[in-house]
Amino acid sequence: MIYGAGVDVGSTQTKAVIIGSGREIVARSLAMTGANVSKAAEKMFNEALASSGLKREQIGYVVGTGYGRYKVTFGDSQVTEISCHARGAHFMFPGTRTVIDIGGQDTKAIRVGANGEVVDFAMNDKCAAGTGRFLSASAEVLDLPIEKIGPLALEGKDPVRLSTVCTVFVESDIMSYLAQGKKVPDILAGVHRAIAARTMSLLQRIGLGPEYSMTGGVTRNVGMVAALEEKLKAPLNISADSHYMGAIGAALFALERAEAASKGKCEEAVLGGWEDGLQENKR
Amino acid sequence: MAEYGTAVHEASRKAMTAWYDRLAAAAKTGAPTAYLMISGNCVEILRAFDIEPVFPEVNALQLAIRKQSLPLILKAEEMGYSSDNCAYVKADAGFTFGEAAPGGGKIPKPTFIVCNFVGCNVYIKWFEHCSEFLGVPLTMIDVPFVRAERPSDGDVRYVVAQLKKLIADCEKATGKKFDIDRLREICALSAKAEDGWQRCKDLCKNTPAPMDAYFDAINLMGPINVLRGTQDAVDFFDVAVREYEALVAAKRGPIPVEKFRIVVEGPPPYPFYRQFRDLFAAWNAVAVQSTYSTVGGIWEFGFRHDPKNPLESIAQQMLMENLCNRSLLDRYKQIRRYVEEWKADALVIHSVKSCRLFSAGQGDMRDYFANELGVPTLLVESDLEDPRYYAQAMMKNRIDAFFESLEHRKLLRRAQ
Repeated sequence: MIYGAGVDVGSTQTKAVIIGSGREIVARSLAMTGANVSKAAEKMFNEALASSGLKREQIGYVVGTGYGRYKVTFGDSQVTEISCHARGAHFMFPGTRTVIDIGGQDTKAIRVGANGEVVDFAMNDKCAAGTGRFLSASAEVLDLPIEKIGPLALEGKDPVRLSTVCTVFVESDIMSYLAQGKKVPDILAGVHRAIAARTMSLLQRIGLGPEYSMTGGVTRNVGMVAALEEKLKAPLNISADSHYMGAIGAALFALERAEAASKGKCEEAVLGGWEDGLQENKR
Repeated sequence: MAEYGTAVHEASRKAMTAWYDRLAAAAKTGAPTAYLMISGNCVEILRAFDIEPVFPEVNALQLAIRKQSLPLILKAEEMGYSSDNCAYVKADAGFTFGEAAPGGGKIPKPTFIVCNFVGCNVYIKWFEHCSEFLGVPLTMIDVPFVRAERPSDGDVRYVVAQLKKLIADCEKATGKKFDIDRLREICALSAKAEDGWQRCKDLCKNTPAPMDAYFDAINLMGPINVLRGTQDAVDFFDVAVREYEALVAAKRGPIPVEKFRIVVEGPPPYPFYRQFRDLFAAWNAVAVQSTYSTVGGIWEFGFRHDPKNPLESIAQQMLMENLCNRSLLDRYKQIRRYVEEWKADALVIHSVKSCRLFSAGQGDMRDYFANELGVPTLLVESDLEDPRYYAQAMMKNRIDAFFESLEHRKLLRRAQ
């Protein structure tokens, strides 16, 4: 049995996944990234190993992804999370042509080809406006745990119109609505709508096309999923593992490389990733 | 075996240093100098009076590439310039107005200022401020924006009439009488350097391209824009053509193996020039053409200064034969020719926050190339001068993802 591992070191959370040659997920782990990025990567990888019952030497290949991918020092190579989310989403939902990933610090819209290849992508610029951080900032102002804001947003009957998607200014915007006596569910419904609108503009840049798959931690927010589906007028593919999609994609790339290497098929090993550029990047 | 880029780099450095030496000498002797803008400039007229040109934009980019721009930008913001204002303007304002003598006496206070504001209204204010604060006369040349395919005869006559006024101002500043034959000779020298420019650009149609037509093009841009109309510029391009022809013959380019051929639109992030370049080099990507290299003038499609019609040809260059004074649709055509004729795999747009003239419309441009023409297109954003807008991790992420996808698609095509 051959195994591949993917470690997705995001700006907010680190995820690790191990996949076996039957394409089954044998282990997953997740924790906040924190300040020590290398340590977080190693810790999550070891946790995944422990939960799988596998030994380190049974893992044929490890791919690091996410902003901290170069801190996966025990990994064999790195692939950007854009490619990994596309790969993961296409693996879970082969009909995927558009991937929406709302991450901690950035939002990505990715157009995917029939083979899971990235055809085009767009991301927010150097600003966390309309990203996962915007949601957590809103939760903090309202003194609510992050997992409560999605369900509460669904209860909103009269969503407020936010004047900004700026993660810094949203605080004063929310405070002013609270001062006006607006209800918390209505404010939260407005927050989720604002992000959905911002995400739509990214999606329109790459061109809309079903099926749509959403990836990343924000998939667990029912309010966000509903707001996006309403804007898209289409359902989103989501599974319980969508939170891990970057790590799943990375693990698939790792598995393909490990398999190709075991067969001595170099061409397939290259197809599993992007050897030249990655080696250059490592220097 | 030809050594990549050494002779060109050295010749460019020498020619530009000699120009700076002439400016430093002028700062001491009071020899006539004039401020001028790069874009579609009329340096030939100044040369006819032996007036040495000073380019505040070149000062600005030199400050940025040496990582000295931010304190000057902050100084300009303290003076009241908006944070959204052009950072070239702010860096130069902080530099010029913050010191008793610009450049610590190395760059002279100009005898007068020529504002050929080609396409950029902010530049009008910039040069007006320079004139006001430095207390020197200003000659404003109003160059109509070209919305049609060609400038009208009226546009050309209008600019020529203003060039005649500039000639009168030059006569007044130097006490010299205008000599049309001298201007013809200068235009002939310009045309020779422009031949060299076109040849260098044409050589990049080869695989591998002998130079990076974005990152290395700055070696060519100094001589063509600053020294045009001199024998020095002609000599420089002789060196450049020789070196690039030798590299083509030896099948050598700026990186060992050329894997991706790209066209780049937009100015570079000068404060992070090296880091930005390395992000492309890591993927063995070479720019085979760039629009930024044509801000001064577009010579690769055949336009030349004409010794027989010197004033009209100078007016043509100011109106039409430069990147910024034309409609965006014309820029699309230019890029499309670059992609097709230079056989590029992709287009990279580097959008700069502080220049709306350059960046407005680049979203549509991306859409047009990516979705209508099917040219893989990457849009990244930072700034040409202000380091605060550049984020290395985000930049790297986007560039890596873009080339990963190009590589993946290339491999899939091969596998089919």
